[in-house]
Amino acid sequence: MIELKNISKTFKVAKRNAGFSEVLKALFKKEYEYVKALQNVSFKIDDGEMVGYIGPNGAGKSSTIKIMSGILTPDGGECVIDGLTPWKDRISHVQNIGVVFGQRSQLWWDVPVIDSFELIREIYKVDDSRYKKNLSQLTELLNIGEIVKTPARQLSLGQRMRCEIAASLLHSPKLLFLDEPTIGLDAVSKIAVREFIKTINRENKTTVILTTHDMQDIEALTKRILLIGKGRILLDGSLSDLKERGSAHKTITIDYSGDKLPNLDHMTVSKDIGGHAEIIIDTEQVTASQAVSYISSKVEVKDISVMGESVDEIVASLYKEFEI
Amino acid sequence: MKLYFKYVGMLLKSQMQYKASFIMTALGQFLVSFTAFLGVYFMFSRFHSVNGFALSEILICFSVMLMAFSVTECFVRGFDVFPRLIQSGNLDRILVRPRNEIFQVLTSNIDFSRVGRLLQSILMLAYAVPASGIVWTFDKIMTVVFMLMGGMAVFASLFVLYAGISFFTIEGLEFMNIFTDGSREFGKYPLSIYGEGVLKFFTYVIPIALFQYYPFLYLIDRSEDIGLIFLPLLGFVFMIPCYCFFRFGLRKYKSTGS
Repeated sequence: MIELKNISKTFKVAKRNAGFSEVLKALFKKEYEYVKALQNVSFKIDDGEMVGYIGPNGAGKSSTIKIMSGILTPDGGECVIDGLTPWKDRISHVQNIGVVFGQRSQLWWDVPVIDSFELIREIYKVDDSRYKKNLSQLTELLNIGEIVKTPARQLSLGQRMRCEIAASLLHSPKLLFLDEPTIGLDAVSKIAVREFIKTINRENKTTVILTTHDMQDIEALTKRILLIGKGRILLDGSLSDLKERGSAHKTITIDYSGDKLPNLDHMTVSKDIGGHAEIIIDTEQVTASQAVSYISSKVEVKDISVMGESVDEIVASLYKEFEI
Repeated sequence: MKLYFKYVGMLLKSQMQYKASFIMTALGQFLVSFTAFLGVYFMFSRFHSVNGFALSEILICFSVMLMAFSVTECFVRGFDVFPRLIQSGNLDRILVRPRNEIFQVLTSNIDFSRVGRLLQSILMLAYAVPASGIVWTFDKIMTVVFMLMGGMAVFASLFVLYAGISFFTIEGLEFMNIFTDGSREFGKYPLSIYGEGVLKFFTYVIPIALFQYYPFLYLIDRSEDIGLIFLPLLGFVFMIPCYCFFRFGLRKYKSTGS
């Protein structure tokens, strides 16, 4: 059970303009700017939930994760995770969490991965039987049996990421933070990682908090979404809530015979290059099937496809709506 | 403690991945401190004594300083390269592991190539101990042991202080080297030869003289004061404010964006 109440954090950032004279000036008198990274962030997450935490760059995602994992101390507010305050009870708190920073490694670079695992086991004081059980489960699910004997520096990004995830689950944490786990991965690795996250959430009841910019991750994994922007929680709901917040437009793409489309009621032709056109409909006025039959009554349609807005587009329009 | 040795084993394994680099660095370290030794040696071939100290006496001073420094630099390297730990974001990793922060910083980096410098100081001490003409009674031996311990404590404190400062200014810490590398260079000679001001500075501000100069006086029979034997242990007291400062910095830690 995770509970955040009115968490705030401000960073002091040194500021100066470009140019040599400004450099000299900054030597003697520094100007600072206060950036409110988080303002009154509050939310609750139950055990076993899988939550997607999204927002544009610099919105405060990483800061929140760092506060929840005990790295940063907030300026104000409360955060209680399983009865512990992360930055006060750091050592007992981190025993129960696993953290994967997608862009940073936790493996020792020059030694075989399995050696890193052994050391991590010592750090977390994992007992023998549990270590063996976890290790065999993880190597099987993540398919890393072959590569654990290779030094980390010789692994591909996808292989390394799978090892990173395994490394943060060796001590069977109740809570797993994933900070952009699929960044830079190829399609196969992405799907493997997603499948794995689903499995451990389902079978081990691990609570997962996932930050990502990849909306496919969100679609594939999470039921609940927290949207953060400019340090505030803007939306807390399901993926379908998010889709409702998006506009009710659909795009119909057709190939037709003829040179030009006739006028169509309630529809906007966004592109017409003779034989190929894109039509935007407003689903509040006309349903997609009505639109399709209406269009085919007007012109001879050779090929047709209907597309809703992608999650990426919805999120982009939300960012715009909230001016973040 | 068992975990510490596991870490040591891990780092040793890592560094042995690059054997050539390791040997070259160690050799380089050896040569650099050897030239420093030559400098002292050639000067004494002309002057025979500095401020009334003979070469063999000064060599004791020199080698104790060098040994304390090189041991510390090897095992407290994690604090010496602490700004890198912050910049790379690896401090975040340390903070999400259920172990003491100081312990983890210590084990984040151990620089075994410093054995070059260590070897040099051992050779020098091995030469100076019989050559100095000191009668090695029990109290004299303990004095040298305490001098070494105190020296490590002071250097370790300086590295921790240095790490503490880097929480506030991530760059531009070169001035701190005046205190660490500078002390090492200054400490080749008994600190009194630089005059009253320098001696006072290194007694009350950076307590180098506590383990280098005062017990040294007892060692070469310039002073009869038994208390001087234990003076180096005050170096451990110096650790306290430095440690507190580091903790203070850690609370203010900002982390880097990712």
